Amino acid sequence: MRNEAAQELAAARATRPELLALDGIGVRLGGRQVLSDVTFSLRKGEFTGIIGPNGAGKTTLLRVILGLLEPSGGRVLIEGEPLHNKNKAATGYVPQKLVIDPDMPLRARDVVSLGLDGHRLGFSFPSRQRRELIEAALRDVGADGYADARVGELSGGEQQRVLIAHALISHPKLLLLDEPLANLDLKSEQEIVEVLGRLAREQQIAVLLSAHDMNPLLGVMDRIVYVANGRVATGSTDEVVTSEGLTRLYGHHVDVVRVHNRVLVVAGE
Amino acid sequence: MHYLFEPGLLGSGPVRTALLVGAVVAITSGVIGVFTVIRGQSFAGHSLADVATTGGSGAFLVGLNQFWGFLIAGIAAAALMEGIGVQRRRGRDVATGVVLGAALGAAALFLYLDTQQTSTTGASFTVLFGSIFVISPDTVPALIASGIVALVTVAVLARVLLLTSLSADLARARGVHVKIVGIAYLAALAISVSLAAVAIGAVLSTALLIGPAATALRVTRSPVRAMAAAALFGLAATWLGIVLAYDSYYWPPYGHGWPVSFFVVALVLVGYLLSYARRPNRNRVPRSPHEGAECSPA
Repeated sequence: MRNEAAQELAAARATRPELLALDGIGVRLGGRQVLSDVTFSLRKGEFTGIIGPNGAGKTTLLRVILGLLEPSGGRVLIEGEPLHNKNKAATGYVPQKLVIDPDMPLRARDVVSLGLDGHRLGFSFPSRQRRELIEAALRDVGADGYADARVGELSGGEQQRVLIAHALISHPKLLLLDEPLANLDLKSEQEIVEVLGRLAREQQIAVLLSAHDMNPLLGVMDRIVYVANGRVATGSTDEVVTSEGLTRLYGHHVDVVRVHNRVLVVAGE
Repeated sequence: MHYLFEPGLLGSGPVRTALLVGAVVAITSGVIGVFTVIRGQSFAGHSLADVATTGGSGAFLVGLNQFWGFLIAGIAAAALMEGIGVQRRRGRDVATGVVLGAALGAAALFLYLDTQQTSTTGASFTVLFGSIFVISPDTVPALIASGIVALVTVAVLARVLLLTSLSADLARARGVHVKIVGIAYLAALAISVSLAAVAIGAVLSTALLIGPAATALRVTRSPVRAMAAAALFGLAATWLGIVLAYDSYYWPPYGHGWPVSFFVVALVLVGYLLSYARRPNRNRVPRSPHEGAECSPA
């Protein structure tokens, strides 16, 4: 995929240090090679979409970056260092659609509070400083209107905002989101994308999210990591999402059709 | 008021012991029950109670205090459950069909032998349905200490347990050893079930564990308040149950008090039903102004 445009982009990006780098990652699950030779990097403030059909290995890739899954080959580097417990804290994570029971005794503010120290033993005592931190995180994602509502009773879009605030409160440099737009209505989808785009821009957080549809992200996405057939293609959307490029990646003919600023990938003859 | 509180109630040594032990049991069960409900582990709680029956009846046979029988069997069962993996459906089937069957079968044998030994049905009744009025004062310190151990364990793990209930992957990604936390929690649960088994009996202990917690979760929103409310509801049911059982000495058939367990469990049920009468705290605080738009046709 090394064309001139890619090299130009690479030159422009080289001025900014790499926050996350995947180097030749391969994953075997149950004796099957799920991903091979995944190489890409992320920089501060960059908005990257991991795009691909269902079952392509998007979640698997995120799990490798989170250190939840040991790759069969390759390296994951955060700011040039292999994953360890300390630099894992630089990563905020929003898991795939959670099913939260309405009886779960957690208000939106409790969920965000768990983002501060939910992984530690002991208790946390309420303090003014803590309260302000929580409220600031809720405001950042526009969820301050339902801080005291039970999280299980919120709509899908509202829950996503609260979970993003949960991830944000520990000031991550990298924010990973697994299918945050799945099961959202169009309006919430746009709102979440807008919130994430703003976080990348204003707080210089590197946002990496997976989605099966790239269209809602076209306006904010700096880079795309297209996953198909166990491999990835990376670059700007224009470089990666072409009939030739994706045909090579999928290993069978696909057509990329652009209609009204929307991109459709259709299986060809 | 003296219709409820019979004269001499608080002058009686066994009643004072019962009220004290009842408080320890109710608070421990209530607090731990909240986590049992939100972790979806009511089944684990009930399994522990079934296995505790075996331990309690076995302890009777060898002349050991039944609490130690409940506790040893409960902890062993907790370890076994973790091994089988009761969280998984298949593990659950194996646990129900094979392990619990075997445990209750052994309990049947032990209880039969107990009855042969003592030629009364006292042992069966005590193990299965509790004996809060005949707790030997010697075991009270051990009961209180066990309750404290269980409560401290859960208090230390509270945040991690909540995070894990929200999403195990989220917890794992932040370096939580989800499995170790789960084992520590099951151990605290085993202690709590053993305490409840002493008070209201092994087979009824789940009611005190789950009932007040489920009620509390319906009427509160934050974790701390849910725990406090569950402890309070459990305490109210237990103390009121003890008082009513004491009163029932004068109810037909005269001269034989009704079992405390009946009153406690009945009060737990009444409390839960009452939580439906009052519309729970689903107070949707004023939400974002664009909320309404979601429902209208686009």
